[in-house]
Amino acid sequence: MRGDDIGQPLLEIRHLEKRFALDQGFLETLRFRKGHITRERREVHAVNDVSLGIARGEALCVVGESGCGKSTVARLIAGLLTPSSGSVHYDGTRIDTLSGRALRPFRRKMQMIFQNPYASLNPRMTIQQTLEEPVRNHFHGLPRAQVEDKVAEVMRAVGVDPNWAKRYPHEFSGGQRQRIAIARALTVDPDFVVADEPISALDVSIQAQVLNLMLEAKDERGLTYLFITHDLSVVQHFGTRVAVLYLGTLCELADTATLFANPRHPYTKALLSAVPQLKDDHPNHIRLRGEIPTPINMPTGCPFKSRCSYANDRCGAEQPRPLRQPDGALVACHAVEEDRLG
Amino acid sequence: MSLLSVRDLVVKFAMRDQTVTALNGISFDLNRGERMGIVGESGAGKSITGFAILNLISRPGFIDSGHVMFDGMDLAHTSDKALRTIRGNRIAMIFQDPMVTLNPVLTIGQQMVETLQAHRSLTRRDAEKIAVAKLREVYIPAPEERLQQYPHELSGGMRQRIIIAIALLLDPQLIIADEPTTALDVTIQADIMELLLELCQSNNVSLILITHDLGVVSQMTERTLVMYAGRIIESGRTRAIINDPQHPYTQGLIKALPQQTLPGERLKQIPGNMPALSAIPPGCPFNPRCEYTVDRCRTTIPELVRVGPVEVACHEVQRMNRDTETEEQTA
Ligand SMILES: Nc1ncnc2c1ncn2[C@@H]1O[C@H](COP(=O)(O)OP(=O)(O)O)[C@@H](O)[C@H]1O
Ligand SMILES: Nc1ncnc2c1ncn2[C@@H]1O[C@H](COP(=O)(O)OP(=O)(O)O)[C@@H](O)[C@H]1O
Ligand code: SF4
Ligand SMILES: [Mg+2]
Ligand SMILES: [Mg+2]
Repeated sequence: MRGDDIGQPLLEIRHLEKRFALDQGFLETLRFRKGHITRERREVHAVNDVSLGIARGEALCVVGESGCGKSTVARLIAGLLTPSSGSVHYDGTRIDTLSGRALRPFRRKMQMIFQNPYASLNPRMTIQQTLEEPVRNHFHGLPRAQVEDKVAEVMRAVGVDPNWAKRYPHEFSGGQRQRIAIARALTVDPDFVVADEPISALDVSIQAQVLNLMLEAKDERGLTYLFITHDLSVVQHFGTRVAVLYLGTLCELADTATLFANPRHPYTKALLSAVPQLKDDHPNHIRLRGEIPTPINMPTGCPFKSRCSYANDRCGAEQPRPLRQPDGALVACHAVEEDRLG
Repeated sequence: MSLLSVRDLVVKFAMRDQTVTALNGISFDLNRGERMGIVGESGAGKSITGFAILNLISRPGFIDSGHVMFDGMDLAHTSDKALRTIRGNRIAMIFQDPMVTLNPVLTIGQQMVETLQAHRSLTRRDAEKIAVAKLREVYIPAPEERLQQYPHELSGGMRQRIIIAIALLLDPQLIIADEPTTALDVTIQADIMELLLELCQSNNVSLILITHDLGVVSQMTERTLVMYAGRIIESGRTRAIINDPQHPYTQGLIKALPQQTLPGERLKQIPGNMPALSAIPPGCPFNPRCEYTVDRCRTTIPELVRVGPVEVACHEVQRMNRDTETEEQTA
């Protein structure tokens, strides 16, 4: 089953899984069971059977609490991590199994932007060098003058004065550094940009500047985004669709307007109710009680059951699958399926 | 009478080549049980204000002038010894990172008992009883067991609850909370804020809540100070400031929020950045980014002046307001 109904997706992940081995000493991995000593490696189940597709021109936002697997999904898609199982497809081609030469064209078409632009910019390279490097890498033999034109063009596009090209990253503010990181992604004419919390570290007035820049790039260059954020007002503004993750599992996937007007999954409902409102004096915030499980000891049944006020025996035993709702949303919840949420 | 009264507070930093001014004449009053927010972008001077109230500015920073009157004492000019009876006792502070306050090598119980015994003569058993009661007050399940645990064994949200329990241990009159939930997930943030609000209300504790999140300020506080480049540029009832901001910077901050624009449309952005302390322009510190700037803004610093229900430091707001008043009088 593919996650949703969007025609031929530009990017698609199918049954994607990622487990990380926990660093443990050899002795800690030994278990004594039924008269035998066995070796058991404990693992972090960071991403569990996630399937979804992203259509050309979309901005799919991924939300969920910290540690729910957002960055891992982003890195799997961008090819910075290899899936434990499942697959990643770009425009119909399976890419997670490619390497070297075969992967190169996809490396260019898919670019990634990170939360901390300082960490992702080389402090010893000038902005000019930083921006030229990917152009030279991906467009071999492009004449020098054209490389420089390209760099000047993207600098203007992101609102950084090309006269500053000889400066180093530390000479720029956080917002300007994020513009430069975006410029670097744009120099190679990507089609698809994975942005992992690109504005979370910035102040409100600077967030607006960078978000506008990304919207502009979307309109003018026809970009498709996978956009990770924990700020739901940004999701509502920027996203065309939203995927809600909990404990590495997809619990809801819907059009942005649908999700905000009519959140279905108990976790999505709680999440939306928790956003502090600017003008509403009487928020009806849904308090979540109960232990937050870790992705090391994955619970059986529904991953949200320990904090869910609708959980019953079935939720404890059987994991809910994403099921399509009449308005096209996908929701993985037994209570929604059984229509006992009211 | 107000619990806290800050007057003309000036904090400077002596840097190698020059001395810069981080707080430039801050004045405000806070009543008993009142909750006040301080908002503004990073570098505005919010945290420095919190530290200066407790006289915790350390070198190269110093309180250059001004007063911090707390219950008849001027904390800006009080001996360290006297301050120790105030800090953590009558004024508690909560930071973004709980590990600033928590000692990683002591159990929660040891830290709570130590804090209590430092200010009260209590037996260990009695101190533990109070600790358990406070943990229960902040809805920590199985509080007796938590006393035996170390900070790293707890989640971020749980740690911040424990910090609130520690802040409440000595029944303070004022809590200064500096971005207490910025590092936490939104569902956990909502729980912690609700808890803080409930505790302040039921114990009549005053709160200074420092945050960059206007939504949080709106939910939590009765009054708000908006800071920019070391100055208060607008202050008044939180509702009034959110619903009808007067200062162009406050207006810009609120208009820049994504929920103020239709999905997919360009956000209304404030151009430029807040200046570094060493490069604050003459006149109104906001003038290079402001769309209403006139000549006077580049030369003369606007004072905070009452305009309707708020106080605003802006020449143009004051002029427009005078003009409407004159119109009303002639009409
Ligand atoms: N390289 C790694 N090694 C071990 N565990 C990891 C690694 N990267 C991520 N994890 C774990 O995987 C889970 C998901 O992490 P992440 O994708 O970073 O979440 P998010 O971005 O939603 O905060 C977390 O429990 C995290 O600790
Ligand atoms: N130890 C220090 N030395 C020099 N400048 C400092 C120091 N601490 C803070 N500042 C400066 O004081 C200003 C206000 O800082 P702060 O109160 O932390 O801002 P915020 O509003 O983000 O809390 C900033 O410009 C900061 O650079
Ligand atoms: S499946 Fe059950 S436990 Fe999971 S969210 Fe739905 S009702 Fe709650
Ligand atoms: Mg992440
Ligand atoms: Mg601060």
